[in-house]
Amino acid sequence: MRGLLAIWPGAHHGTRRLSPLRGDRVTLAHGGGGRAMRDLIEQIFTSVFVPHGTEDQARLMDAALQAPGARLAFTTDSFVVTPVEFPGGDIGKLAVCGTINDLVVGGAKPLWLSAAFIIEEGCAFALLHRIAASMAREAALAGVSIVTGDTKVVGRGQADQVFVTTSGLGVIPPGRDIGAARIKVGDVVIVNGVLGDHGAAILAARGDLALSSEITSDCQSLGDLMEAVFNAAPGLHAARDATRGGLASTLNEMAEAAGITVQIEESLLPLRDEVKGMCEILGLDPLYLANEGTLVLFVPEDQADLALVAMKSTPAGRQATRIGRAVAARGVPVILRTTFGGERVVDMLVGDQLPRIC
Amino acid sequence: MKYVSEFRDPAAAQGVLSAIARAADAIGATRGNPVHIMEICGGHTHAIFRYGLDRMVHDGIEFIHGPGCPVCVLPMRRVDECIQIARHPRVILTTFGDAMRVPGTRTSLMQAKAEGCDIRVVYSPLDAVELARRNPTRDVVFFGLGFETTTPSTALSIQQAARDGLTNFSVFCNHITVPPPIKALLDDPHMELDGFVGPGHVSMVIGIHPYDFIARDYGKPLVVAGFEPLDILQSVLMVLDQICDGRAEIENQYARVVPEHGNKVSLAAIDDVYETRPSFEWRGLGEIDASGLRIRSKYAAFDAEEKFGIGYATAREPQAEAEGCACGAVMTGRIKPPQCPQFGKGCTPEMPLGALMVSSEGACAAYWQFGRARITEPAA
Repeated sequence: MRGLLAIWPGAHHGTRRLSPLRGDRVTLAHGGGGRAMRDLIEQIFTSVFVPHGTEDQARLMDAALQAPGARLAFTTDSFVVTPVEFPGGDIGKLAVCGTINDLVVGGAKPLWLSAAFIIEEGCAFALLHRIAASMAREAALAGVSIVTGDTKVVGRGQADQVFVTTSGLGVIPPGRDIGAARIKVGDVVIVNGVLGDHGAAILAARGDLALSSEITSDCQSLGDLMEAVFNAAPGLHAARDATRGGLASTLNEMAEAAGITVQIEESLLPLRDEVKGMCEILGLDPLYLANEGTLVLFVPEDQADLALVAMKSTPAGRQATRIGRAVAARGVPVILRTTFGGERVVDMLVGDQLPRIC
Repeated sequence: MKYVSEFRDPAAAQGVLSAIARAADAIGATRGNPVHIMEICGGHTHAIFRYGLDRMVHDGIEFIHGPGCPVCVLPMRRVDECIQIARHPRVILTTFGDAMRVPGTRTSLMQAKAEGCDIRVVYSPLDAVELARRNPTRDVVFFGLGFETTTPSTALSIQQAARDGLTNFSVFCNHITVPPPIKALLDDPHMELDGFVGPGHVSMVIGIHPYDFIARDYGKPLVVAGFEPLDILQSVLMVLDQICDGRAEIENQYARVVPEHGNKVSLAAIDDVYETRPSFEWRGLGEIDASGLRIRSKYAAFDAEEKFGIGYATAREPQAEAEGCACGAVMTGRIKPPQCPQFGKGCTPEMPLGALMVSSEGACAAYWQFGRARITEPAA
């Protein structure tokens, strides 16, 4: 399907009456390009996404774009997760928050999203309704519009229920320029909250560990938090949301790009006891567990406390804390100082984390 | 976390480190003439590096990293045979996660999975039994490997499958035992070992007496140890105290977990299901007498070696290692991982040549992951 979401072909032509979806599951007919497809798009997606439109493409305008020196930010991300619904969120919430976060950590104000769905034959309408509703809710919370999209239906086994791709456009106001290359020796490294909750929640929700847990995903959008940081600490050097590969991978990438070493203190890492316990049992390292709403900041020392105070005043930053510092390059990107008084290299993740034998 | 954080207390560690230093001085141990203590278990190697213990102890203590990492000592041809089993279209091969990336002669289970084999990571062999129950038209095979720590759960899974009358579950048995390779190392004239830190989780099953020969016949101390940093430091101190006193005994530092005589239920399950093989090949060490287990004939229906016609032939020659690899020398503690010509060059966690770089408990992976800071840091 091409085109605008509100605007997806056939969506909201105004005069046409919606016919109810037949059955309770997606069939290959819903990918055929005919009426069944149109009904699926309208009844599941465009009826909950705003705004509505009738054209074949989104034509976008925002006052922020007019400011001299303003830049457009553009990002895309695909989401595949098992299970698609988990404590604290679902694939739809992930897809909206993830792309918004990619925009805001570059300093952009997020404005518009596209959403593309690859749906497996047999996927329940009820599930798609829940996913669409959570996307609409998250988009509204963050003040962004889902303005275009696409659906495809593939045969059973060719996808796992539903895959979602979102792209996002935002505007970076004039004068804002952050990035890993601006990180300086002496910068304070700050995170907004506990680490590894998303990864631990997904592991537990898969059910094959026979572990019960109360951990919920940290999936959330970080727009308000980033705005608070920009207001309080305009000298911010770099920001990133630590997602797949966890804090370890994010710090490695940033340190390599900046040509410095990041030294973090084990005693300062915010970790829940449940997450620590799960990692002890399975032989996993929480530094590599995925997050979906964890902000990593590099802030000059003289603005670090200002940033922390501002972060703590927002819901997504209540547990914000310093975890370490950028130091002159020591040959490896990231070093952890253990509570025991030793040091170890925190490497990039190799492949997936695999549970150990004993 | 209760029962964990107490054993990671840096202040308590200082006291033990001072005592270690006094004992080492009393023995006259120096950097040039160190006391060689082998930590047998890969879990200990991992903890030593994770917490930097080797750098915190007195200069005169040298840790020699032993062969106690089950996937590291798995011979390549057994990985090849496992892949051969996985290639049967009816087979679902189940394995612990650690084994997925271990290189065989040409390929690994991870690559075989990408090529279309149905290979699944499980957390317990009992999950594999459940998988067999749910998939009656498939043959579910569990890749059984590990020391006495994992052997009981595989034994229980076979007993369970037998009770349930399952005909589509079997185990490809590569279980091995800890005491025989220690004897082999002690018989090796090149090895200079003054004492051992013994694997706590193995002794949880077998108790401490299977090691009696080490003290009795070889006059060396062994202390069964837990896995937290304070456990390890205290065990090192206990070994040194024995050397100071001129004693050689088998002691138990990990008494909060390890019963002197082991776990009777586990031992009974092992004895019911397994018997000792005449010999078994260890990667890097060669064939070692009476060091491996096979499934008893009364459970032949659950033995993948029988079911898939693989068997076990004693290797006439130890299998050649990948070119330039020095896994054997590392495994026996003759060299440290960075002294291997391939370390960090041809052999990295991304592209491992040897299993020591793959498993989180392998000495090379431990050096790579935790030890590079000291390799690369500016001279102090």
